[in-house]
Amino acid sequence: MFGDDWVSIPARNAREPFLGCPCERNVRSLDGMTANVTPDTGVPLVVMRDVQKHYGDFQALTDIDLSVARGEVVVVIGPSGSGKSTLCRTINRLETITSGTIEIDGQPLPEEGAALARLRSDVGMVFQSFNLFAHLTILENVTLGPIRVRGLKRAEADELARGLLRRVGVEHQAEKYPAQLSGGQQQRVAIARSLAMKPKLMLFDEPTSALDPEMINEVLDTMVELAEEGMTMVVVTHEMGFARKAAHRVVFMADGEIVEVAEPEEFFTNPRSSRAQDFLSKLLTN
Amino acid sequence: MNTLIQTFLSGTWGTLSLFGVTLIGCLIGGTLLAAMRVSPIPVLRGASAAYVNVVRNTPLTLVMFFCVFGLPYLDIRFGSTAAMNSFVLANIALIAYTSCFVAETLRSGIATVPVGQAEAARAIGLSFTQVLSFIVLPQAFRTVLPPLGSVIIAMLKNTSIASAFNNRELISAMRGAIEVRGDIVIPLLLATALVYLALALVIGRVFDLLERKLVILR
Repeated sequence: MFGDDWVSIPARNAREPFLGCPCERNVRSLDGMTANVTPDTGVPLVVMRDVQKHYGDFQALTDIDLSVARGEVVVVIGPSGSGKSTLCRTINRLETITSGTIEIDGQPLPEEGAALARLRSDVGMVFQSFNLFAHLTILENVTLGPIRVRGLKRAEADELARGLLRRVGVEHQAEKYPAQLSGGQQQRVAIARSLAMKPKLMLFDEPTSALDPEMINEVLDTMVELAEEGMTMVVVTHEMGFARKAAHRVVFMADGEIVEVAEPEEFFTNPRSSRAQDFLSKLLTN
Repeated sequence: MNTLIQTFLSGTWGTLSLFGVTLIGCLIGGTLLAAMRVSPIPVLRGASAAYVNVVRNTPLTLVMFFCVFGLPYLDIRFGSTAAMNSFVLANIALIAYTSCFVAETLRSGIATVPVGQAEAARAIGLSFTQVLSFIVLPQAFRTVLPPLGSVIIAMLKNTSIASAFNNRELISAMRGAIEVRGDIVIPLLLATALVYLALALVIGRVFDLLERKLVILR
């Protein structure tokens, strides 16, 4: 179920433990050098307070209280139908909420309109089904946002995009169309497309769930690199190896509620709630 | 013989003029109607749906009567000459009518664009109009090229109705020719049919080429 080298890795390899309050920590940058990332200890980047979400009579999210600090990587796990994707999608208002408040960078989420579009441009999102624009080349997929939203010139946007494509390892596919790429490559392009907006926060909604097993690692590697560079990330995933390796906190959800929040090591070795114990035991017997 | 050919040539030119103006107009009008139909603003959605349902279900001849007699009644006239006025009025009627069919065709194409792509586009900060014009409509147009070709060919043939409203085009040219040469009615009818056939085949071919050139890999 997991890529082989994802299960045995000790929690948060190469990083200091991270306890709720973000403080200076060491991270390994792409070239293996150690860089100091000092997350802002002020206002958290994302604050969800008392969030409720209904689909008709069905309550998809109940009493959600969660904040994400700058530079923090929060992994959301839980059985299917537990509301993890819904939670992720409410953060950039792809799903509206019934009540409660969501603030990003101290600002409440605006109503649909120009202000919301501006906010979304600062919040990257990676989807389970990649959602690359089928009629545009890989390069155009990445440059669309910078050109149309950020107002970059085509040449600048191309340079930015090629750099990002190189970074995620698909620079040789720039002139191809999405359908000509493998799932793993498409998902890495989708990550590059989000990064091109220079987001403050990245949301990952089950980014590896639609991938063949041999392609999962290439996407997770890219995500781990991002985490190590200090990107603030909310990741909905079933990849426990990623949670152990890159997460500062694990949020366990069931039936639309947050059941348990813990550091990965703590969560995987000593889950407090019976729901989490049950969930983890099912994963291990798989 | 020469005058006959002359008559048909000027008739064909008249048909092509009506066709050209209406083609541009109905693509713009149809796109606007389709965009309104999928917009987040309920008033626009309702207005578009109401317009399409009323005009699409009215015979084109009646639409033309409304334009030709209704607009002058409101003191709206176009151009300095009667011929120009008739030409513009016929185009307005054709555009008003054909836009409905373009809009409905396009709407079926919009439905084929995976909703995730629109979400991804919104997630990078594109506005509704940008999502529509850069992501959804370009793909919708490509998907509906074959049925859109049929709509445009139907529109070509519908320009013939303008002949009843003081326009020079193929049918009125044919009627003029028959008045002069009543002895060769059948060949004149066949000749007219041949011109329409040739024009329609060219349109079909253009759409085939576009389809092949713009195909989207999925």
